[in-house]
Amino acid sequence: MSQVRVLAGTRKGAFILTSDGKRQSWDISGPHFGGWELYHLKGSPADPNRIYASQSSGWFGQIIQRSDDGGKTWHQPGTPPGEPTTTPEGMPKAESNKFVYDTSPETGKPLTTHQWYDGTPHPWEFKRVWHVEPSLDDPDAVYAGVEDAALFRSTDGGKNWHELAGLRGHGTGPAWQPGAGGMCLHTIIIDPSNPKRIVIAISAAGAFRTDDGGKTWKPINRGLRSLYIPNPTAEVGHCVHHVAMHGARPNVLFMQKHWDVMRSDDAGESWREVSGNLPTDFGFVIDVHAHEPETIFVVPIKSDSEHFPLDGQLRVFRSKSGGNEWEPMTKGLPQRDCYVNVLRDAMSVDTLDPCGVYFGTSGGQVYGSADGGASWTPIVRDLPAVVSVEAQALA
Amino acid sequence: MIRVVLPAHLRKLAHVDGEIKVEVAGPVTQRSVLDAVEALYPMLRGTMRDHTTQKRRAFVRFFACEQDLSHESPDAPLPDAVASGKEPFLVIGAIAGG
Repeated sequence: MSQVRVLAGTRKGAFILTSDGKRQSWDISGPHFGGWELYHLKGSPADPNRIYASQSSGWFGQIIQRSDDGGKTWHQPGTPPGEPTTTPEGMPKAESNKFVYDTSPETGKPLTTHQWYDGTPHPWEFKRVWHVEPSLDDPDAVYAGVEDAALFRSTDGGKNWHELAGLRGHGTGPAWQPGAGGMCLHTIIIDPSNPKRIVIAISAAGAFRTDDGGKTWKPINRGLRSLYIPNPTAEVGHCVHHVAMHGARPNVLFMQKHWDVMRSDDAGESWREVSGNLPTDFGFVIDVHAHEPETIFVVPIKSDSEHFPLDGQLRVFRSKSGGNEWEPMTKGLPQRDCYVNVLRDAMSVDTLDPCGVYFGTSGGQVYGSADGGASWTPIVRDLPAVVSVEAQALA
Repeated sequence: MIRVVLPAHLRKLAHVDGEIKVEVAGPVTQRSVLDAVEALYPMLRGTMRDHTTQKRRAFVRFFACEQDLSHESPDAPLPDAVASGKEPFLVIGAIAGG
């Protein structure tokens, strides 16, 4: 019997929602790490019970947690409970929460500043991990996208982290500026047909791609047009909110930009707008159906200054044609007096048939659809504000 | 033995209840006490002091003997009552927000 596990990160802890393959009745566990912000949790495709979680607080900084039993128990990698905290030689064990920017000469151009909101130089300061992306085939390998924007990798299950400094050092880094939520690297997509190809996105620098496993990077923002920056078609500076890909067609990327829903058919070399008949093309989330690579989902938000649905109606819009033609999905969703937001990492799909679709809101609801978005049910209504949602289909 | 009181979130991370006790060889200072705490509980590294600069995190405060020691030099001697174990060294999460 198949099972589904949905990992919800919230402003005040993590929650794990589980159901059988029917996805009608759900068990809720949590809060895990109560009182801390859980920006993201994600399971390893190679070992679904291996889950990485980003735990942070304004007081005590960044912690990486790991579960090896599907979220029942957790530990900080390198310091499992019940084991000595020092090596036999008396040295402290590894520190899973240590993210230090690479300043080694090998990076060529160790950067010291990016741009602040007012355009003045600002030093790189590590704040938190926004997104964890486990390797597709190695449970011990995992990437972390952080604020201030950089990409880190661990190859020992989260014990030690090292920056892939070629991203910040490729040339445009000093021109990057933060978005309203901070200068965060929030999207990491690994190409299943070529793991050396990785697409990342930064708010508000844009999308970047490596084809050599992270050594070198290039901006992939041609075709983006952002009227809120001095040069609307600049190489970098675009506020990309999220990017999604279907594993069967890794060259096709879908993007929810600050404004505009975009599509690329050449792995980001060029983009075209596919907002079509959306009532507003501002938003944060975008995702692709697990079995239909041309079926995509967005949740339109009124505007950049009013982060809630139009007219108090929470609507998921689905396109079955890869964009341009969109239909509102409203069954089961509140259609009056609803003013929640849906943040960039708060939508996910499962791989069951029919495909399950899930999203979380700033009002603490996690909605699920067991029929590809046609109808929705609140799995849970009153969590803290939901920051991220990741679904796992389990055998 | 130096007595140290951690805030609830850090006690949970360190898997401890109540006060912790650490041995400090040499002068008893903020730095030597926190070094000892982090050696015993490596999972707390980076939570009280920045990993790189070793400066106190902005929303963490240090108190002892009814004094705010947050802005003292990390190498200044702590009060004798802390060094003797009569009084605890308090790590406090600053009150912020509404």
